[in-house]
Amino acid sequence: MNETAVKAVEPAGLGGRPVYELHGVSKTFVRRNVHALDRIDLTLAEGSFTAVIGSSGCGKSTLLKIMAGLLPPSDGSVYLSGKPVMGPRRDIGMMFQQATLFPWRTAIENVVLPIEVRDGKQAAAAAHEQAYKLLDLVGLNGFELVYPSELSGGMAQRVAICRMLINEPTVLLLDEPFSALDELTRDFMNMELQRICMQRDATVLLVTHSIAEAVILSDLVYVMSQRPGRFEEAVKIDLPRPRSLDMMSDPHFGELVNRIRSHLDKGAFL
Amino acid sequence: MSHPDAMTDSDAAPTTVWREEVSLIDRVPRSVAMILLLIGFLLVWQAAYSFELISKIIMPSPWETAVDIAFVGQNLLTGGYMLGALWTTTLEVVEGFLIAVLIGFLFGLLVGETAFGERAVMPYLVAINAMPKVAFAPLFVSWLGFGIASKVALAAFIAVFPVIVGTAAGLHAADENARMLFRTMGSSRWQTLVKLKLPIGMPHFFSGLKNATVLVVVGAVVGEFLGGGKGFGELIRVAASQLNTPRVFCLIIYLSFLGLGLYWIVTVIQHRFVFWHRETVLQGEIGA
Repeated sequence: MNETAVKAVEPAGLGGRPVYELHGVSKTFVRRNVHALDRIDLTLAEGSFTAVIGSSGCGKSTLLKIMAGLLPPSDGSVYLSGKPVMGPRRDIGMMFQQATLFPWRTAIENVVLPIEVRDGKQAAAAAHEQAYKLLDLVGLNGFELVYPSELSGGMAQRVAICRMLINEPTVLLLDEPFSALDELTRDFMNMELQRICMQRDATVLLVTHSIAEAVILSDLVYVMSQRPGRFEEAVKIDLPRPRSLDMMSDPHFGELVNRIRSHLDKGAFL
Repeated sequence: MSHPDAMTDSDAAPTTVWREEVSLIDRVPRSVAMILLLIGFLLVWQAAYSFELISKIIMPSPWETAVDIAFVGQNLLTGGYMLGALWTTTLEVVEGFLIAVLIGFLFGLLVGETAFGERAVMPYLVAINAMPKVAFAPLFVSWLGFGIASKVALAAFIAVFPVIVGTAAGLHAADENARMLFRTMGSSRWQTLVKLKLPIGMPHFFSGLKNATVLVVVGAVVGEFLGGGKGFGELIRVAASQLNTPRVFCLIIYLSFLGLGLYWIVTVIQHRFVFWHRETVLQGEIGA
């Protein structure tokens, strides 16, 4: 079973230069005696949108933290743009379930925060023009000087998107970015995310537990098994781009969802 | 489209508009309620006096107290000897407060930001905090003399702990996501402290300061009780020894303005710096 699982992960034959390369990444939390990840191999091609799907506690957030350089792997190697990831890197943009905006900063001040941390206040002031453009890109024209307490959940996440993009990262790591939003807003935000990613030709890894979300956004979906997390299968999503929400009623969309669900069910209740 | 008259048809359901009941006592306006409570208190006091529940020698009437409040007020406004005493106590309170804030903040940083502080220093602070701090007063007097310094020291000593706790709690207020976000930005420890932990901890820090404003007055007055001097605490002690109870009441009331004034100043500063915090803002609306 292990052999076939590893083989099944192979067809990641997407074009494009590899940006991220993970080889045999494992993670064991010794103190808690938890084997979280088991020999993960993953390659992200430039400009591709990849999703990792699994039930809660399967280690997908751990994988993301390792890729972002927030956690060291126990074994294996992580390379981004040919250089090993040995700690947080500025060419990585990250986004979480919570927008995590800072309430004492206006929307635009939140957006330029990464610049301020990296290059100081002057550089941040100089980046305001760029930040205005980004806020415009996500449809927040006119909200630049508003404090987060006056923003809705969806708007706050859009500001978080801008903050992630301001450093012009090579790759975007998204940890269930919209799962705290209501379903209507989430669908809309997913379409917005696709638009922004296509416009910038971004390389994205999305971690989610929503099958529909993974299918509608991705070129490739990795199904992750229960702990210790490993990739059960890679499902190529051959729906045409740009995707739209009506595709969710397409029979082929249903087939893909079912295929992923059958893999998730296999290990879910062991 | 149905005609509005349709609602009056016999087969249409009657409207179910209803009012939420608010009991009478909850509908009394705030100012009226406060005045009523004060009048009630004064009546009980007067009754206790009139029926001699407590000897008249040690229990003044409300009226006697009011007359004395006016007398002391006059003395303070015309620059009498009591103004000097109030100034002495004010100095002790303000100096004690500033020292408590400074030292409390530094210890708070040590305990909240470093693992060494949290593991090694914190247990000792907890132990010292558990001691009856007022009992240190004789020590401060013998170390620092009968002047203002021993009172300032006791006031600062008593008030420093809430500042330490507030600062340390504030430094822990940033959640996991916020810390991770700063790490992904490549933030240094110093930057994370200045741009994330300190601002996000401000509400905790200020609630520590507010507790300190109350305690610092306690410290100064107890210091004067036990170490003499020229402050309001000494006036209270003298008045009490002469069984001049109206004066004691009256001095306590004026002393409470000192604590309230300090509290108010801290609140004003808090509103400037922590304008973004929900509870702070709400408090402001109620206070206004």
